[in-house]
Amino acid sequence: MKKLAIARGIKQMSKSNSFRDVAVVSVASHQTKTLSEVNEVQLMADLISNCRKSAGVTQEEIGFTCSGSSDFLAGQAFSFVHTLDSVGAFPPISESHVEMDGAFALYEAWVKLQIGEVDTALVYSYGKPSAGSVIDVLATQLDPYYVSPLWPDCFSLAALQARVLLDKGLITLEKMAEISMRSQKNGFNNPNAVRSSKDVSLENLMNEPAIVDPLRASDIAEIADGGCAVILAAGDKAKSFCERPAWIKGIDHRVDSHTLGVRDLTRSPSAFLAAEKAGRNADRLDLAEIHGMTSTQELILEKEFDLSEETLVNLSGGCLASDTMMASGLIRISEVASRIISGQVDRGLAHATSGPCLQQNLVCILEGE
Amino acid sequence: MSAELTAVLGVGQTKYSSTRGDVSIAGLCREAAYRALEDACLDWKEIDAVVIGKAPDFFEGVMMPELYLAEALGAVGKPILRVHTAGSVGGSTALVAASLIQSRVHEKVLTIGFEKQSESNATWALSMPQPFSVSINAGAGGYFSPIMRQYMSRSGAPELIGCMVAFKDRQHALKNPYAHLHQNDLTFEEVVDSPMLWNPIRYSETCPSSDGACAMVLGNEASGDRAENPVAWVHGTAMRSESNNFPGRDEVNPLASRQCAADVFKQAGITNPLKEIDAVEIYVPFSWYEPMWLESLGFAELDHGWRMVEDGTTSLSGGELPVNCSGGVLSSNPIGASGMIRFAEAALQVRGMAGDHQVDGAKKSFGHAYGGGAQYFAMWIVGAEKP
Repeated sequence: MKKLAIARGIKQMSKSNSFRDVAVVSVASHQTKTLSEVNEVQLMADLISNCRKSAGVTQEEIGFTCSGSSDFLAGQAFSFVHTLDSVGAFPPISESHVEMDGAFALYEAWVKLQIGEVDTALVYSYGKPSAGSVIDVLATQLDPYYVSPLWPDCFSLAALQARVLLDKGLITLEKMAEISMRSQKNGFNNPNAVRSSKDVSLENLMNEPAIVDPLRASDIAEIADGGCAVILAAGDKAKSFCERPAWIKGIDHRVDSHTLGVRDLTRSPSAFLAAEKAGRNADRLDLAEIHGMTSTQELILEKEFDLSEETLVNLSGGCLASDTMMASGLIRISEVASRIISGQVDRGLAHATSGPCLQQNLVCILEGE
Repeated sequence: MSAELTAVLGVGQTKYSSTRGDVSIAGLCREAAYRALEDACLDWKEIDAVVIGKAPDFFEGVMMPELYLAEALGAVGKPILRVHTAGSVGGSTALVAASLIQSRVHEKVLTIGFEKQSESNATWALSMPQPFSVSINAGAGGYFSPIMRQYMSRSGAPELIGCMVAFKDRQHALKNPYAHLHQNDLTFEEVVDSPMLWNPIRYSETCPSSDGACAMVLGNEASGDRAENPVAWVHGTAMRSESNNFPGRDEVNPLASRQCAADVFKQAGITNPLKEIDAVEIYVPFSWYEPMWLESLGFAELDHGWRMVEDGTTSLSGGELPVNCSGGVLSSNPIGASGMIRFAEAALQVRGMAGDHQVDGAKKSFGHAYGGGAQYFAMWIVGAEKP
């Protein structure tokens, strides 16, 4: 891996805007096919505790806590109330929750840190899709009057999107297989990857039958249980917790129309816009961790983010290797941050998505000093 | 670095009712949002971001409905955040929206809370069997009634205090055109004689099940200065949460409630809430929670909150501290919006725009919401003048 930061001199985006310097200083994540022995509280208690320990902070020192999860995925109303026990919320804490991927909880925490009244935040999210059927759960996310009653599943919708891309000649079945191969090979080095292979071949992937035409099994996300915890800190505080904090140089999120019929499914305008607003172009990107549910969505996103050959994409294997609904976006941020913290890369883009066919998108640009 | 001053530029509410069968979920939300924009004299395109809150998605059976609502709320191409913090969600949602202004990330934010209970079944949503847990199937009333009993035994409050709260709030509701319950002929005796649901809570001492949405437009100092209508300035915001189950937890007067109140009053520079606050909107879904919260929040001495009910202190007709002039949650309960209604009604009071339920000359008011097992709290203080 190249270490170029010092040589080329990092452009400080924070000087061109008025935002306070906030960094990811500690991360912990775990993904596996099925968490059969532990519930969400037990899973998160370990991850949160490890995350706090590696930064050397106690819950009392954390100024704001924010989490992301879904009641529909948990099969229980107010499911996040129970998971609060994994934080140890007594004495009481300043806390909030979004019914969104944890990446959006991180955004809320970043906003809170911008106000300047607190310097440290804990963010976490989790999902245990093995308890039910993700495709049925996600069908309830669609327009409740005209679309949801038809129970279209998320992979069928993504397949329609893939078909448009193929018909317009924007991708090929081979290009899709290359994405799947990249994921499986990269995933081999990621202990959280559920599907990975050191020696998968393009030929084998191409020969797989389509399961939701034109998508093959290797083209779609590998559903996994898991969770992620992240600690954010501002300014000098960040430096006291971590030798090389992963500074958030820009973060933004946008949403597109929900109505599939009015969208150009070959594009994701909200992903493009979020990346622009987050300052994607300010400097070279060493790494991008992108959140797509299919190989085709990864291809759309690579284009929207205008990634060059120099940028390594999804070193973790991405969601084709392990996809934990409600946590996958936060895990993308933690994957980029941990590689910056360890000195492996200098500048990276992390992305989270939500909604059918890349409807809502968040982009976070992280950088080491 | 200090927080950007934040102003409530506009408030919009729907008429709360048991069934709004004439509109979809999107139509309901858009109605409130449009009215808030109209009040703020702003157009959809002038809004930078949207923050939406509602109670569990199971209530309507739509998962993460903000995605489906993106167009109806004018959010396409903009950021939209979806908050869910149990019953306090309406309040927390307003506070997340305020944080977007306070942090200078945005200048004008639309925030909205809604519930369309007629499209689903809240009791079903709250009663899903979970592995290894026994469901009490008692609903929220069954959960909170022992806690209210505990309050009665601690404070020595007379049995009918709860009925007095309910009767007062239903009287207040008659002055609020948006309130769900307009019981013109209700008598105090009828409240007392109504069936006992969860002792000590009678049928008339509990909240209705409503459809409705409430929206606010929040803006930064410059947009507050430019506004055509009067604005409410945010003087303090606070959220606190605590775990639900552990030995020794004070469920009647949770520490998170006391700490949240202490924080928000400190921010607003208030040392004597009873004297310095002119109007109060607190989250009272069951009558006895009015005296309980008055004590926890510091408006009343410990064990004396019920006396403020008994002597009429909390009544709009001449009381020193009018509580829930809008009729409160006891008169309208679109769950995900109920907290935001408290925050919005507090803003209307200091803007002098509360109509028939206006507290004369209100300068500072208090908005409050709670949720979970009385473990999630959101509060704000707004004023007619800048802090």
